[in-house]
Amino acid sequence: MKTNLYNYILELADNCLIAGQRLGELCGHGPSLETDIACTNISLDLFGQTRSYFQYAADIKGGDATEDSIAFLRYEREYKNVLLVEQPNRDFAYTVARQYLFDVFHLLLLEKLQFSQDMTLSAIAKKSIKEVSYHVRFSGDWIKRLGDGTEESHEKMQAAIDGLWQYTNELFEVTEEAKALAEEGMGIDVSTIKDAYYQNVTLLFEEATLNVPESKYFQKGGKSGIHTEHMGYLLADMQYMQRAYPNMNW
Amino acid sequence: MEKNWPLWEIFVRSKNGLEHRHFGSLHAADAEMALENARDVYTRRSEGVSIWVVESKNITASNPENNGEMFEPAQDKIYRHPTFYTLPDEIKHM
Amino acid sequence: MSEAQLKNTGAERSRSLEEIFEQRIVNDEKIEPKDWMPEKYRKTHIRQISQHAHSEIVGMLPEGNWITRAPSLRRKVALLAKVQDEAGHGLYLYSACETLGVSRDELYDQLHSGKAKYSSIFNYPTITWADMGAIGWLVDGAAIINQVPLCNTSYGPYARAMIRVCKEESFHQRQGFEIMMSLCNGTEVQKQMAQDALNRWWWPSLMMLGPTDDVSVHTAQSMKWKLKRKTNDELRQQFIDQTVPQADILGLTVPDPDLKWNEETGHYDFGEIDWEEFWQVVKGHGPCNKERMNDRVGAWERGTWVRDAAMAHAEKQQIKKENQAKAV
Repeated sequence: MKTNLYNYILELADNCLIAGQRLGELCGHGPSLETDIACTNISLDLFGQTRSYFQYAADIKGGDATEDSIAFLRYEREYKNVLLVEQPNRDFAYTVARQYLFDVFHLLLLEKLQFSQDMTLSAIAKKSIKEVSYHVRFSGDWIKRLGDGTEESHEKMQAAIDGLWQYTNELFEVTEEAKALAEEGMGIDVSTIKDAYYQNVTLLFEEATLNVPESKYFQKGGKSGIHTEHMGYLLADMQYMQRAYPNMNW
Repeated sequence: MEKNWPLWEIFVRSKNGLEHRHFGSLHAADAEMALENARDVYTRRSEGVSIWVVESKNITASNPENNGEMFEPAQDKIYRHPTFYTLPDEIKHM
Repeated sequence: MSEAQLKNTGAERSRSLEEIFEQRIVNDEKIEPKDWMPEKYRKTHIRQISQHAHSEIVGMLPEGNWITRAPSLRRKVALLAKVQDEAGHGLYLYSACETLGVSRDELYDQLHSGKAKYSSIFNYPTITWADMGAIGWLVDGAAIINQVPLCNTSYGPYARAMIRVCKEESFHQRQGFEIMMSLCNGTEVQKQMAQDALNRWWWPSLMMLGPTDDVSVHTAQSMKWKLKRKTNDELRQQFIDQTVPQADILGLTVPDPDLKWNEETGHYDFGEIDWEEFWQVVKGHGPCNKERMNDRVGAWERGTWVRDAAMAHAEKQQIKKENQAKAV
């Protein structure tokens, strides 16, 4: 089995899976019907991408592996998503901030991944770029609205950014498998998109009258499976059926 | 303060070659949001290739009470329709 | 003319307007928002359309419950898309209602204060995954029976909203039935889960089609205005007749010992519905009435600062634009 490629796909896909799961929690509980519908659309895009990645990963793994066994039947330490995407929906500002901070990264990544030598990854990236371009637009617009809205919304938006900022640096951490695949022209060295990321984010925050946090202390661990305390609860929900009723078709 | 999002009317072109058609309405704080919401609400199943949004208050509608004077006078102007003119059957291409 | 005479002609005028109006409906003409309509027509429509809209958005909650726990990715996206459709349907219906001169916020107020009703079925809990199947199969099945005739209702915006709703809803029931089929073709535990869900959702689904004709207060008027094309009892019978054979195909037992095919009538006879339970739930004493309202009110209140911020931002942008225009 191509272990590097398999692990690299999980690194890409788990971010989509967990971000989609978090947005899915909100369905029916958002600030307006229109935003509910919009957030659900983004969640559906992310799950769609997840499935494309996992179906590819299952092919590579062979045996009984399916998109579902990969999605639902791993231990927490085996999920490779960044800490950012597992952070909870504390309020709508947190949801929007988490999404925006991920979306900007996601788009920059896909813009490179579309030129991957791996045809499947390239195809998934090309399709996803259109979706994620819209995600950035949507979450970016909301950052501006909440940042430069009322005093209350400004405070909440700033608090969310301050709270989540510590998870941004991990996005650019290069794992062993990503490095190996980047050398073969299949994966992306994410350290190369770091400058563009912070430039984009800084510009938008300025427009939204928000401060870019100055803290230089960052958290990491997600990519190597060491997650925040929130992850266990998320998985308990997500895996409930597969764990309680193993080996059944649904 | 609770000031409600205004209502917008949504017009969608289903495919190039067709006109924009009124699809329905929704609420949004501004035009940009109205466009985004319209995209998510009314084109989830690939129903459109172009969207117009107009704030509902900007639409001036005719009053049905005036329908008599507005529309009935057109009814007896049958000479505007080709069938008003009788031509012999032998005439082709007209 | 004396005052009495004036009043009299006023009354005559409105009577003749009303006659013209009723005749238009008989002729299958559509009524559009700015057309003259009797006040009672307007009020009845606001009530029915908003109840329908409320049902859609409260209906998101019991199913939304299972989005994070769906057992496979395929089921998860289908359920998510379905619940999203319900939000969309709520939105179409609120929009149709707004054409009658009432705002969505007023309608929300009515829902949140308990003044407005919504379908009683959504006050039952969704406690297993099989409930997602049962809701799609039974609840959406009953809803479709109710809704399809409304595509021809007399009020234009409502009819148009319903056409869109029905078109989109066609996947909902299939989605539910497919879940039930997977369970019934699965392990013993899964079959039991399916049977248990049918046991719990069968009677509430029958109640969902409304009180029996002899106590239903709105039927006659609603029939005239094409807000209703069949009576509650007719709809219920139609639902039972079409659903029982589906249960047979699944290999499930409908929880009604009195259920029996009647050769003479060509319909199923069925047992007594517990209307006491129905009225309890309608009056707010169902298992989840409070939870559902807490969720709706909570989401709305937690969203206030968000909606306000969006308005404030829009106003700031507008002022900026105007200042730029002035500067040129």
